Amino acid sequence: MIGKLSFGIIALVLGAMLFCGAVSAEKVDNLGEHSADRLLIATTTSLDATKLLDLLEEKFKEETGATVEHVAVGTGQAIEIAKNCDADIVMVHDRVAEDKFIDEGFGVDRRVFGYNYFLLVGPENDPAKVAGLNGTAAFMAIEKATAEDPSVVFVSRGDNSGTHSREKLLWKWGGYDYAEINSSEWYREAGAGMGPTLTMTDELQGYTLSDSASWGTFESNLSLVPLVENDENFLNVYAVMRVSEEKCPDVNTEMAKKWINFMISDEVQDILSTYGVEKNGVPYFNPGRGSAEVMGVTVEETTDKVA
Amino acid sequence: MNDLLTGIETAFHLILTADPEVLNITIRTLQITFSSVLLSTIIAIPLGAAITFREFHGKKALISVIQTLYALPTVIVGLLCYMLLSRSGPLGDLKWLFTPNGMIFGQTILIIPIMAGLTIAALQAIDPIITDTIRSLGASRFQFLKSHLREARFAIMAAVIVGFSRAISEVGTAIMIGGNIKGHTRVLTTAISLQTSMGNFNLSLALGIILLAIALIINLFMGLVQNR
Repeated sequence: MIGKLSFGIIALVLGAMLFCGAVSAEKVDNLGEHSADRLLIATTTSLDATKLLDLLEEKFKEETGATVEHVAVGTGQAIEIAKNCDADIVMVHDRVAEDKFIDEGFGVDRRVFGYNYFLLVGPENDPAKVAGLNGTAAFMAIEKATAEDPSVVFVSRGDNSGTHSREKLLWKWGGYDYAEINSSEWYREAGAGMGPTLTMTDELQGYTLSDSASWGTFESNLSLVPLVENDENFLNVYAVMRVSEEKCPDVNTEMAKKWINFMISDEVQDILSTYGVEKNGVPYFNPGRGSAEVMGVTVEETTDKVA
Repeated sequence: MNDLLTGIETAFHLILTADPEVLNITIRTLQITFSSVLLSTIIAIPLGAAITFREFHGKKALISVIQTLYALPTVIVGLLCYMLLSRSGPLGDLKWLFTPNGMIFGQTILIIPIMAGLTIAALQAIDPIITDTIRSLGASRFQFLKSHLREARFAIMAAVIVGFSRAISEVGTAIMIGGNIKGHTRVLTTAISLQTSMGNFNLSLALGIILLAIALIINLFMGLVQNR
């Protein structure tokens, strides 16, 4: 008798679970597969951390009715996801990786929509004396300082992100072999996103390279200070591409083209020129419109609508 | 210390004001977790019973394998499911990657071994005298199974609770398969992970407290059922 009752109650609980699932499925939109109007972006974390994409997705939905969603990962993983045909759009900031992605036939219709500068941040007392140096020289100064001062450490993203790629490039420009740098005692590979890397750098009172948008978002929680800024070695260009329908027949090509045109439209470019000013003092991302020369790209790449 | 206190404060604030985003995340979490627990229950308990009551070659080895899979890292389940569900993978046509359905799929795979293994342990723990008695009374196969499941019901319910706990608290598969998409696949654990990475420690802690509160309510409810 008691047994029967228990079974009844268990059945009731399971039923309630099912009911709860069904009810909440109604409340929370599109539970199931991707709809025809769903556009998925694989993006670098800085565009997400600043909440810029949330805002743009909302505007895009108002205009086209399409639901845009994004997964925020490092540039390396974003491109990997796109190569598996699991995203329609890629938004990243690593020219070398982008060119490879395009050469392999996956990326098409690359447009440049904005830029900012990486910055080298470190402890306020700046033991390696990098303040005022140019980007490459600052990296060299850090390496030299480590020989005498064991308190000098450099924290690397170490996650194949766009920021990590630039950091590797900066060591190369300084004349170093990255493998050698990578195996040095003072070089700490975090293997993490920008936020955790900045937190770790803060705890270790070390140096790290950060994109300015992420820095603007996380700065208030940190004691680190920017030491090298707005340096031409630190130029950081953001691009948007769609995934080729020839490589991935299921991608939402029509919406993807609309999204790219949306990103270079005057509407979005105007948003970029003011976005973040209130919180950050300067915009998180400078609009790409009219800055082709600064970014080292052609004017067409910043303005030509995708057909 | 400061983070700890503000975390608790934030948790109460979020609960009392029924913050819409937290509510959405919490409903999503419950929906995904309950679905995967339900699916795993349907699969794992009969599976566990079948393994316990059937004699076959390699039975001990199979049980060892199931028990080893308790230690299956959630990220590995996530990665395997990612490769299965990716549009370029064998189950790509389902288009489940970066959707709640995909997360349910992953969590179900994650907790089946635990629930099946604990079901086996529960059924094996039944006194052989009871088994013999049931047999000697001429029970049909269905009656035999039913009486055994009834005999082991507390331990089996514990298996369901353990499965539930693992599903609601895991972050590896949720982030790999779900992608932590706001309003779509963001659940409590992935939101905690995101807030932590953004340095918002008190908000993370608050979400953690909410998750534990849910687990507590479920456990109290299950306890109530057991005491009947």
